This record gives sequence, structure tokens and C-alpha cells, in this order.
Amino acid sequence: MNPKRTNQIATGLIYVLVAIVVLILAGLLGYILVNGVPNISWHFLTSGAEAFSAGGGIRDQLFNSLYLLVLTLIISLPIALGAGIYLSEYAADNWVTNVIRTMIEVLSSLPSVVVGLFGYLLFVIKFGFGFSILAGAIALTFFNLPLLTRNIEESLHNVSNLQREAGLSLGLSNWKTISGIVLPAALPGIITGVILCSGRVFGEAAALIYTAGQSAPTVNYLNFNPLSATSFLNPMRPAETLAVHIWKLNTEGITPDAHLISSGASAVLIIVILMFNLGARAFGNLVYLKMTAVK
Amino acid sequence: MQTYNLEDSYIVTPTESAAITTENIEVSYGSHQVIYQTNLQFPRNKISALIGASGSGKSTLLRSFNRMNDGKANVNGQIWYRDVDINDRKINVYELRKHIGMVFQRPNPFAKSIKDNLTFALKENGITDKQQLSQRTEESLIAVSLWDEVKDKINESALSLSGGQAQRLCIARSIAMKPDVLLLDEPASALDPISSAKLEETLKTLSKNYTIIIVTHNMQQASRVSDYTAFLHMGHVIEYDLTENIFTNPHIQTTEDYISGNFG
Amino acid sequence: MEMQGEKNISKHLVRKQDSIQSKFIKPSKATREDQLGKLICYLSIGMIVALVVCILYFITSRGLATFIQNHVGIWQFISGSSWNPGMVDGSGNPQVGALPMIVTSFGVTLLAALLATPFAIAMAVFMTEIAPQRGTKALQAVTELLVGIPSVVYGFIGLSVIVPAVRHLFGGTGFGILSGTLVLFVMILPTVTSLSVDSLRAVPIHYRQASLALGATRWQTIRKVVLKTATPGVLTAIVFGMARAFGEALAVQMVIGNAVLMPHSLVSPASTLTSQLTTQIGNTVMGTLPNNALWSLALVLLLMSLFFNLTVRFIGNWGKRKYES
Repeated sequence: MNPKRTNQIATGLIYVLVAIVVLILAGLLGYILVNGVPNISWHFLTSGAEAFSAGGGIRDQLFNSLYLLVLTLIISLPIALGAGIYLSEYAADNWVTNVIRTMIEVLSSLPSVVVGLFGYLLFVIKFGFGFSILAGAIALTFFNLPLLTRNIEESLHNVSNLQREAGLSLGLSNWKTISGIVLPAALPGIITGVILCSGRVFGEAAALIYTAGQSAPTVNYLNFNPLSATSFLNPMRPAETLAVHIWKLNTEGITPDAHLISSGASAVLIIVILMFNLGARAFGNLVYLKMTAVK
Repeated sequence: MQTYNLEDSYIVTPTESAAITTENIEVSYGSHQVIYQTNLQFPRNKISALIGASGSGKSTLLRSFNRMNDGKANVNGQIWYRDVDINDRKINVYELRKHIGMVFQRPNPFAKSIKDNLTFALKENGITDKQQLSQRTEESLIAVSLWDEVKDKINESALSLSGGQAQRLCIARSIAMKPDVLLLDEPASALDPISSAKLEETLKTLSKNYTIIIVTHNMQQASRVSDYTAFLHMGHVIEYDLTENIFTNPHIQTTEDYISGNFG
Repeated sequence: MEMQGEKNISKHLVRKQDSIQSKFIKPSKATREDQLGKLICYLSIGMIVALVVCILYFITSRGLATFIQNHVGIWQFISGSSWNPGMVDGSGNPQVGALPMIVTSFGVTLLAALLATPFAIAMAVFMTEIAPQRGTKALQAVTELLVGIPSVVYGFIGLSVIVPAVRHLFGGTGFGILSGTLVLFVMILPTVTSLSVDSLRAVPIHYRQASLALGATRWQTIRKVVLKTATPGVLTAIVFGMARAFGEALAVQMVIGNAVLMPHSLVSPASTLTSQLTTQIGNTVMGTLPNNALWSLALVLLLMSLFFNLTVRFIGNWGKRKYES
């Protein structure tokens, strides 16, 4: 067969495969949105879940997911910043750094269910936290740390060395140069990374089933005392998130309208993650414009 | 390539009082030595130029004067500044760099506003008075003749400046710290001829108040701006003399070949 | 103490002393700032290292309890095909044969990767070599979005679309390896695609130009130059996809049927390591054999994830060598 003919056949085959993938992907997104969006209503978003009867909403799960995300970021961001700065600015090129990098890679490749089980073993059982938002946030931190650290390291790494030299040559300390000059210059990249990590954390379920738990006790949204058992801010209460809710509805099958709620909840999940993605993109563009353009 | 005797050298001791004196300075990257036995005196409030082909070690030597080689290269020997050996490991390099500022080959303004570029380090040094900060900003920008060009957009991003403007901003940033010595590492190499000429003018004005040491590969530039010139070849200072003498009456064959373009 | 040290320094450093000179030899705010900053960074990285050590230690020690405390043979665990840790078999040994789950886990992973690879490569080739820039951008945005879709959503769609379809086509319950494979295929496709795109993009443009200039057709250029150069990258992408598939818990658990049986067909209910863990760990009591046996499954998962990690490293090194030579 001549090369021209092969070229045509191969190109054709690629088109067919791509078309199939595009169909699958479009079908996937379409299915979620077409089936889910009609189920989303104000009532759906603002009422509590019903276990045994139809018509339940996802208010508590949605809040739990967001609250858990915020707590996770509060715990993981400072650690990831410190670790990212270490790797980008301090780490020498030697075997110690190599071992550390390998460890972070290992952590990032652990299945989330294993991370969840570790959180369950250590925090829920050994430390006696019980199923709680805090245990969940810590498990999600484990899951989130390697990605966030690497993202921060990369963003810092992308800042030109000239910036560091400029800072140092002015008599600024190494630390001030990093925190006052390099870090702000890397901030757009870091924020984009944080937003994308947020999307991942928001949809995670396997690490949470045995840490944050699978129940959403009724909480009082007007009780702002985080130490009170009924407060929505209490970090020691169990908290089923949106993703866990979808899983539970589909595996236990006792809620009559499980399919409708799952569709709606999936659509909400996708839309939130889509918002995170678009937000990250828009933010990146905005900062880029602000930093380079003359007003 | 012609081989030159690297031991053959002619080095004068300037009559003016010295700002920086090197004593047996040697620099090496690991086992690779790049600077050999350097003994030079850089006079106060003059412009001294370091010239030489690329790879001659001129930038490396310059970077030793405010310890920018720390962690990158080993610098042995003594560098005397105000009767202190600033090459000693125990020296507080952060204090030192406030007195010996540096401007780099490529303009490197911070990703901040023009004003913050100048005031960031000042604020770190405890100058918080707004008026004083504004005054220093203006002074420094006037000194590099950038003030008229940017005074209306002082709060805009410094990244919007042109290359020549950005480089002058970087010099202004250095002199805002009121250093004593200004080290310039090929400051004009990334600039167009017009910006470059402006920069040279700026340097001439600045030399009234600052000791300036400039690295350049551009011989015309060295002959135009500097009072003293050191010619480096393969890590050795071959000749150090008044610029006039170097360019009109060099003592060493190597120097003569280099400045007349018969090199290599 | 400090004064003493200072004097010692000043003796040989300074010929005569004034106030600026003494500043040069004293630590300043900057020095302290530096130490603090360094401390913060070292603490952070130390925490991560400690965490990883902790995870490895706890999972390993729990996972080994089955063999050490309960005296189950490792071979029996790996090769036994009856799983019922609460019971003993005819000869009095506990039934902790994990083979069905190991086989199923490997089965769905390999099948999903086999299925995803041609599609992912086609997508990557299309996006980097064929499609106009605007098409590429749109496809890339969608791929990135799909990488971020939570696995429960994949599971839910599997449950409501794939399982009924499989049931309709092949009979039975619809739950099983086939459904699991299809869900995982869709799930890892975006990951493998986007990593492959990256590695194809990394092939320098002049490679292509050189090949085309020699009169090669586009396909010849793609196959003999682009794909060949990017092979290590594409392999890494596939291994990443496999690692994700192997460790995925909920999406698979929702569609595989969760019956710990040796799979005898693609459409009979089965159970993977992860699905067994998620469904059972809450039903067992800490310290008992059934619980320990589950931790042993977690240990297998851990070891496999380390194995995938090593593989990626190996491929990376091989790619480097290949590129250098």
C-alpha cells in the first residue's frame, strides 16, 4: 500500500476514534446536565435530605461540602506553602531532596480510599475524633497536600531568578525576597492551582466515607458557636458531603427518589466544579492582563 | 587561536583613595577555577570598567563584590571595603548589600507598581514615613532621568515599562537604598542604542556621588564612560590602568590585540 | 556569649572600627527573618515526610497483622479463592483467599487501560497534530473539565446508563467486570488523553518539519517521529491511568456487584480490592481477623500504588536515556 493511502486511512481512523470520544464526552456531560438540571430548584438546594420519602433536598450536604473544603484549605494551604517554598527555594540537589520528592509522589499516588482508611484508623479511632468534619478535613488535607505542594513549587519555580537576585541585591533577606517578591509574582499560578485543587476536594468521596462519615445530623444554621453540638460550624460533628450523599443514595437504595436526587446532586457537583474551572481560568487571565497591560 | 602568556600583566595602583580593594581573589565553581589571583583597587567616586571576552570571568568577579556568588561559587581571598574584609563568611551579607548595590544584565523590575519597586526595600528597612518614601522615589527617578517619563503612572505595573525604562528603574531602585558602591553587570546589553546612550549619561551623572564598577563587553562603552579599565582574559586580570592609557597605549600585547579587534 | 564571639571576629576582620563596620559583622533583622522562614519551611516539609512515613507504617503494620497475629499464610492469602474471613474452611483454616479481588482489580484495570489507550492516543494526535487551534482549545477545556469530574458521578452514570445497557445486551444483572471496565474507561480517558497531549506537545516542532521536509506524509511523521519520540510520555500517561483505575473505589464499587467470587465471565458480579474495602470496613471490628484481612487488602493496594510509582520512574529514566542518546 502506498504511503498516501495509509495516510488517508490513518487520518480517517483518528477522526473516527475522536468522534467516538467526543460523543462519549458530550453524552456524559449532556446526560448529567439534561437529567440533573431540571431537578435543581430552590427547594432542592435549601431543604434537608429525606431518607425514606421523596422530595428531599441537599442543603446540608452542600453546606458540608463547602465547609469541609474551607477547613481543608485552611489546614493544607500553610503546610503546602511551606513545603513548596522549601522544595523550590531551599532544597539542595541531593539524595535527601530526592527522597522527599519520592515521598510526595508516593502520597499523591495513594488511592484515596487508602488515605481515607488511614484517617479513619488514626483520627476517628485512635485519637477518638469519631466521624467528624475535622477528621474529614485532615484526610482531605493528606489527599490534597502533594498536589498543592507541587503546584506551589512549580509556580515559584516559574518566577525568574532575576527577581530573586534583584531582591537579594537590595539587601533583603532570603526569606523577605521569597515572601515579598517571589511569592507575589507566583501568586496567580498558585491561586489557579488552589482553585483547581478545590474542585478535586469538593468532589472527593472515598476518603470521606470513613472520616467525615455518612450522616448529616440536623444542624442549626443560626447557632454560630462552633463548640455547640447543634451548631453548623461545629467541626466535631459528622458530615455527609454531596459526593458521599450521591454514593450513599445509590448503594443503599432506600430513598424512593434516589435517582432524581442523584441526578440533581451530580449536576450541582459538576456545575460547582465547572465554576471552579472557569473561575481559575478567568482569574488567570485577569491577573495576566493586570500585570502586563497599561491601563 | 593564539596563546597568550596569562602571567604577563600590567596593573597600576590608582592614586585616588580606594572604595574596594581585592587581595588575591580567586573564584571557582567546584573544581573549575574561573578567576585567578586578582589584586585591584577601585577608586572612590569613579567609574571603573571590567572588560573582556565572554567567559573571561568579569561578571563572576563583579558578583563577588556584594557576595552574589554565595552558594554558587567559592570565592577565596580578601575584598576590603571600609577596612572590612567583606569576603569573610561571617559578614552579614544583607547589611553589606545595602551599601553595595547591584544592577543586572537584564532589567528585572518586580511584578509590582513602579512606586512599590522603589519603596519595597526601603519599607523593609524601617522607612515608613509616606512623605519620605515619596521623596526618595522622586529623587531616585530623577537621578536616572526617568521621573518625567513615569511621574503620571507611578502606581502602574512596572512590567509595562520599555526595556530601557525598566533598566533605569532598576538603577533607581538600587540608588533609592543610598548605597555607596554600585555594581553594574552589563546593564546595557539588552538595550537599544538610544536607551544605551541615555544610560551612559545617567552613569556619568551618578559617578559624582557613587563608586561605580561596570562590566561590559562593549569596548566603546567602556572607553566612553569609565575612568579606569581592567581587562580580563581567561580569569586573569591582564591589564588595569586609566581608561585612556588602556585604549591608547596598552602595555600588554593581549590587551592591544583585544582592543584592536585582532583577538583570538 | 554573643559579645565574646563578636570580638573574636572583629579582631581579624576589621582593621579599625566604626558604626557601619560593626553592622557588617552583627546579625540583623534580616538574619533572624531568614532563620524563621527556613524553620517554617523545614517544619512543613517535615510534616509531609512524617505523614507519609506514618501512612506507610500504619497500613503496613495493620496489613501484616493477618499474617503475624492470625497466622494466615501469605500464599494462602494471595492464591486462595474463597473469601469469608469470619468462617473457617473444612480443615479449620480461615477463609482469606484474596485472589478473586486481586484478579478482578487487575482485570478491570488492564481492560480499561487497553480500551482507553487507542482512543487517548487518537485524541492526543488529533489535538496536537491535526485539529485547528480553536478545536484543540475547546477539546482541551472539555478534557480538563472531565479530569475533574468526581468519581461518584462516573459511578452514578455507570449505574444508571451502563449497567442497564449491559443487562439489556448480555442478560444477567448488568453488574460485573464489563460495567466496571466501561466506567473506568470513561473515567481514565480524560487523564490519559491530557497527559498524552502534554508528551506529544513536548516533541520539538523541528522534528516534524524535518520529517515533512523529507517528503514523509503526515501519518508517517506522526507514527515514526512524533509518537516514537513521545513513547515514554505516552506510556507514563497510560500507567497513570492504570494507577487511577486500580485505586478507584466508589465508581467501581457502584457497578461491579460486590460479590467476592472468582470472576467467570465479564458480566457476572465480582468485587475489587477497593470495593471490598469500602463496603466492609465499617462492618468489622478493629483487631479481629475479618478486619485485619481487609487491612491486608489495603496493603496490597498500597504496594500496587508503589509499584505504579516505580514503573513511572523507570519509564521516566528510560525516556531520559533515550532522549540523550
